[in-house]
Amino acid sequence: MTERIAVEKHRRGNRWMHWLNFPLLTVMIWSGLRIYWADLRDPNVLGIGSWEVFTFFPDFINEPLGLERRLARGMAFHFSFGWLFLINGLFFAIYLSRTKGWRNFVPNRSDFRNIGPLLLHEIGLRKEAPPQGKYNIMQQLSYAGVLIMGFLAIVSGFAIYKPTQLSLLTTLMGGYESARFIHWLVTIGFLAFFVIHLLQVARAGFGNFWSMVTGYELIEVESLDGITTSADETTTDHAADDDKTEVPA
Amino acid sequence: MNETPNLNPHAGADSTGRVLSEAEFKARSRRSFLTGLGGIAAAGLGWRWVQGRPESDNIPDVLRSAHELNEDIWRGLFREGAMAPTFDFEESSMLRVNGRHGIREELDMDTWQLTVLDVDGTELGVHSLDDLRGLPQEETIVEHKCVEGWSHVVAWGGPTFATFLDTWYPEKANHEFVGLSTPDGDFNVGLEMPAMLHPQTLLALDLQREPLSDEHGAPVRLSTPLKYGTKNIKRIGTIQFSDTRPENDYWTVRGYDWYAAL
Repeated sequence: MTERIAVEKHRRGNRWMHWLNFPLLTVMIWSGLRIYWADLRDPNVLGIGSWEVFTFFPDFINEPLGLERRLARGMAFHFSFGWLFLINGLFFAIYLSRTKGWRNFVPNRSDFRNIGPLLLHEIGLRKEAPPQGKYNIMQQLSYAGVLIMGFLAIVSGFAIYKPTQLSLLTTLMGGYESARFIHWLVTIGFLAFFVIHLLQVARAGFGNFWSMVTGYELIEVESLDGITTSADETTTDHAADDDKTEVPA
Repeated sequence: MNETPNLNPHAGADSTGRVLSEAEFKARSRRSFLTGLGGIAAAGLGWRWVQGRPESDNIPDVLRSAHELNEDIWRGLFREGAMAPTFDFEESSMLRVNGRHGIREELDMDTWQLTVLDVDGTELGVHSLDDLRGLPQEETIVEHKCVEGWSHVVAWGGPTFATFLDTWYPEKANHEFVGLSTPDGDFNVGLEMPAMLHPQTLLALDLQREPLSDEHGAPVRLSTPLKYGTKNIKRIGTIQFSDTRPENDYWTVRGYDWYAAL
């Protein structure tokens, strides 16, 4: 006879800042692409040599998203919502460092060793998933990557926004044009992350997705004995949080 | 002590180890679901609210306020000593022509003059091209930047506005703003005095070491790497001092940020 209990998976601060990022980043990318649209004489192109695979962006993307001839509004949205994105990012950075949550994203040597076994497991050639911490190596790499991209987006953004007042920053980014290209690459990186993230989440199932909303995920245990005690052992909680609950014995 | 991580396969470095009964989880799920719906509704309504705001100079008024808040921030942080990076002449090349606002009529050098007006509109003085050529000439080779996103390294030549002011109107440096207009009055810009007095802000007469062509704003235009090209007015006809922000700024009226500072 097994019992079901819910264990905490994502702390409140992580969940709020994660979800706030979604609309903020959406507005930033959408308004940013309006700015990008304003000069397409030399668009960024994906390709090898003279073989052009994809030009950023074709009309069938620009038109329905309202990216055309909206430069003034693009700038107005970008330079206002940018502060909200920055503030959310700063709070997230502080929160991750105070709760030690950043450690979940940093792979150690054994995580790297498990790349092979993990991939075999993912394609069904290996029964057992290799041991992992909170996240497997693929998750660690994509989440650490997106955090670094967030940092780069902000730094390169300021380098473009105030290249005279913050000329040192712009120089550090390799100059104005280089900062613009980094900013654009990060945007494409965010879009790629979004697709990969959705695929990973879809694969992991509803319980995993829902835990990002509630903070908890149901698991099966042999017995409820001793669980109350372990729930009481909250040793590393710094943040004020009111959702501390005990399982009735 | 180690029971919690064993129990919870998702425990991370930041885990509090909290556990809920299934009943508590269900209650929590309901609450979270409603919170989520509320959040989506708030985001949707907030978005519609922004889009539906009355417009102030062609953008929703809240975005105009955000531009002005940004202006307050960056004017507060403004460092006179901050210089735009400079380049060698070999790295510069001729600029493209990007706008003919205010210079659609042919330039008539027989009638052109640079008129300087006081705050109340009274004429303080009139200058010829020779007056400007007679001032100490500077060259700045900087990246000219357009709101559209492109940039171009160009060599500007001419007196700094600071020299012009110091020579003929030294007492006028106390005014907070300067308004500049083309002779036909079709194109107007406003800049704050600290940007005008910056050593890289020129009353430019030369581009790529040649006198300005008509389409680049002959006989004199403003060049400053402190602002987007939208403020680098061509064919200046009048300069007026002001204690209030000039509100006829061409691109501001059309939805852009008044400050437009780099």
